[in-house]
Amino acid sequence: MDMTTAEILLTVAAVTLGVQLMRWVPFAIFPEGREVPEAMTLLSKVLPAAMMGMLVVYCFRNITPWEYPFGIPEIISAAVVLALHYRIGNCILSIVAGTVCYMIMQQYIFV
Amino acid sequence: MGVKKRAFKAAFPNTISIMAGSTSLGVVYGMLMETAGISAPWAIMMSAVAFCGSMQFAAVPILAASLFEPLQVLVLSLMINVRHIFYGISMLEKYKEMGKLKAFMVYTLCDESFSTESHCTVPEKVDRKWFYFFMSLMIYFYWVAGTAIGSMAGRLITFDTTGLDFAMTALFIVLFTEYWKKKENRSAAAMGVLASLTALLVFDGVTFMIPAMLLMLMAVFVRKKIWI
Repeated sequence: MDMTTAEILLTVAAVTLGVQLMRWVPFAIFPEGREVPEAMTLLSKVLPAAMMGMLVVYCFRNITPWEYPFGIPEIISAAVVLALHYRIGNCILSIVAGTVCYMIMQQYIFV
Repeated sequence: MGVKKRAFKAAFPNTISIMAGSTSLGVVYGMLMETAGISAPWAIMMSAVAFCGSMQFAAVPILAASLFEPLQVLVLSLMINVRHIFYGISMLEKYKEMGKLKAFMVYTLCDESFSTESHCTVPEKVDRKWFYFFMSLMIYFYWVAGTAIGSMAGRLITFDTTGLDFAMTALFIVLFTEYWKKKENRSAAAMGVLASLTALLVFDGVTFMIPAMLLMLMAVFVRKKIWI
């Protein structure tokens, strides 16, 4: 890589500015004390669950349903997480077991 | 026990799976930057200052190719990070009255802090402010520390960490399930998945977010008959 220090710094600044603008917008528009409109209050109730759905989809965005390995490691590991979480309901256990399952499949089965 | 110590102890267990997920992703990022020819101090600085996982990954090829395109990088960062607007709207209430800690909370608001903090409840006798602050601080630390490890000592790691980053996916699945278990959240959760899948069918893994978010807005406002 041959960029000058100033060029790297400006690139870091551009990345930072982009994300920071997005993080501050809602807090800048609705500072504390200012009444939040009903539509926003409604959104703030709906969005956590909806965005969690989007994050789950986002995590699976790279699976290839029509090509090997057809997302099988992801689907099986996700099923392990779900099954444990419904049966036992211990967050840490569900996450650790699902992750170990995925690591085994990635490293030994679907190499 | 002091107020801070108690809040720290209460916050930590909520971040354990993020510790696994963020640190390992941070290590991967650090190694990637190192192989792209970007030295450790720059990689660590990027993580500490920019602190936005997916956009940092997206910027690696640009840096690796020594392309100096700040405007393009800015536009890309705005696009990839647009979801933070929805996180902010969700956290307006929770981050209220946090005084000088608030700036840090907003500065580091990310997928991980949003998902844990919007979901968990503050235990009894624990100070709310410090509880949320320590959670965000730990999440921030995991990512920066992971980057430092990966960029400085990535080659020394002999333990095969392939697939360890699934911890983050597993965490999101667990948190999603928690919402799903409560009947009143179920339609919102399903709507989020449907909107995202629909958008993903048309757009790719990065650009699907904006259309997905627009679909969500439409779904909410049409259902509740609120027209802006």
